Amino acid sequence: MRQGAARRAVIYALLALWALISLFPIYWTLTTSFKTAVDVTQGHLVPWLDFEPDWRGWRSLGLSPDRIGEVSTARQEFLLRFANSITASVGAALLAIFIGAPAAYGLSRFKYKLGPWRNDDISFFFLSQLILPPVVLALPFLVLYKGLAMLDTKIGLIVVYTLMVLPIVIWILRDQFNAIPIELEQAAHVDGASTWGAFLRIVLPIASPGIVAAFILSVVLCWNEYFFAALLTSTDAKTLPVMLASQTGSQGIDWWSMAALATAAIAPLVLIGIFLERYIVKGLTAGAIK
Amino acid sequence: MEQLVRMTPRGVSRARQAAGRWLIAGSSSLFAAVVLVQALHTTEILGLGFDNWRPALYAFVLWCIALGVGLVMTRGERGHQLLFLLPALLFTVAVVIFPTFFGLYIAFTDWNLSSVAGRRFNGLDNIRTLLGDAFFWNALGNMVWYVLSVLVQYAIAFGLALLLNAEIRARRFFRVAFLLPFMLSPVAVSWMIGKSIMEYRFGPAATLARLLGWDSPAFFASPWLARSSITAMDAWVWIPFIMILLLAGLQALPHEVSEAAKVDGASPWQTFWKITFPLMLPVSLTAVVLRIIFELKLADIVINVTAGGPGGATDTVSSFIYREYRDRSNVGYGTMLAEFYLVIIIVFVTGLLALANRVMRRFT
Repeated sequence: MRQGAARRAVIYALLALWALISLFPIYWTLTTSFKTAVDVTQGHLVPWLDFEPDWRGWRSLGLSPDRIGEVSTARQEFLLRFANSITASVGAALLAIFIGAPAAYGLSRFKYKLGPWRNDDISFFFLSQLILPPVVLALPFLVLYKGLAMLDTKIGLIVVYTLMVLPIVIWILRDQFNAIPIELEQAAHVDGASTWGAFLRIVLPIASPGIVAAFILSVVLCWNEYFFAALLTSTDAKTLPVMLASQTGSQGIDWWSMAALATAAIAPLVLIGIFLERYIVKGLTAGAIK
Repeated sequence: MEQLVRMTPRGVSRARQAAGRWLIAGSSSLFAAVVLVQALHTTEILGLGFDNWRPALYAFVLWCIALGVGLVMTRGERGHQLLFLLPALLFTVAVVIFPTFFGLYIAFTDWNLSSVAGRRFNGLDNIRTLLGDAFFWNALGNMVWYVLSVLVQYAIAFGLALLLNAEIRARRFFRVAFLLPFMLSPVAVSWMIGKSIMEYRFGPAATLARLLGWDSPAFFASPWLARSSITAMDAWVWIPFIMILLLAGLQALPHEVSEAAKVDGASPWQTFWKITFPLMLPVSLTAVVLRIIFELKLADIVINVTAGGPGGATDTVSSFIYREYRDRSNVGYGTMLAEFYLVIIIVFVTGLLALANRVMRRFT
């Protein structure tokens, strides 16, 4: 019994250690956004105990309580980037599901033959897009978008991001559709439903957990994307990571405003992580476990 | 997988078929005509044309729609089935094939955006420069280090998955806490950890290091230390990804096996190596291969924390090419580097998959 207790103690100690490693940077960023210069240089860590929280960081973003009523260019800039990030990531996730879900369903249910390509080859073609590094596409896209007058547009970002998450969406949803018994659709067909009718009215509702998982994972991946956004956008369609990166470069210990910006940028993700964790896990593990 | 076959295929009349064929042919010629006019306009052979290629894009979208409708009209039920696949397929082909081939063309040109000369075909010059570019080979060498670090991440992730799979309280809390780093954007992590926690003067990591007796904790000054710091940050973000996959694998393992081993008096250590680890091999291989594929794209953290320094010690191929584009506007050469890297990746990943298959067959 004593050995068991010792073992449990070790397990909890390791768990606590890794929880500290995982959470400390988030805690640090959040608290630093309420610090002043003295608190930063002296390395204070715990609010109220060893430093008095101050709104300075949030004030520089125009998001502190005393500035929220006033007009603030910093806040407008931030909200514009925030809105761009939402448009680009939600738009891309929706588009990827809109075209990816039928494709995944088709690959799961019908037999295709496009020249020498069968279902498995087509699935592999989609999946193989995952290994394309962004650098290979970045420059041709720059030239292509210039020709199409789509540089620095949100729709341009949505197209690139859709390409980025489409393989993942198809992968997750094919797995989901494979798990749905085919008899359901056969019964629907006997009742006179068309192929599309059965897909839209019967299969899609059952597959909604997989769709939600694919959607959330896509939004997270697009929200965090930096490489394409940095190269393809400049003023209008710039997203939050690009704004964050451009501020990171500036030196000095203006940490409180950087911390406030970083906190605001990661807050939606932390909330998604806390409340929608099971969908993220479902999305990540689709097809990996047989 | 059983295939779905409709009992009563819808018939298609002759007239409908003919109309469908006309639709496809008509929209194809329209698309071709728009592209031709615009191409002639761009090369200044033809006076009339559009300001940009946008109309060609609209013609392409129109062609895609017409193709879908036409297929349904000519092939009936079969066309409907193709319609499921068509949007995703056309989208991917359009946005991947064009850039890849166009990229191949750019790769053989001397094209610097900041010079007035414009694009000029220069044959194999870019390849010659590449072969002699010490910085590129250095970045490629760093990739070996970064890819090998995946094995360390895997070991840590396996340990964490085992911990989470043990009988513990507050499992959900720990699972969410361990997952969170994966959710954060690498750019945010670059500042949160690289630029602030590991900052030389006031960062808590530096303070801790001083407390432990290291006088000058400069995490990004010496080459190997800088590389290790970048690797640590990258691991911090990605370990949860491997951990989630392994945890799902552990939870799918049959309970009876490890119970039986316990009854037989096997130590936990033996149970792990003789039973858990071999059973987990398929999941492990999936996780490691996926992770290596993502690792090959590593760029954001490097770009934002060290910009490849000191002296290229932390450069990844992607961050190196990024600077080639961004700072030197060296478009032709940068694209050649990217295409060359793509070839290396394809060869490497193909080999990796073959190896993984081999290992799987040997052990299962």
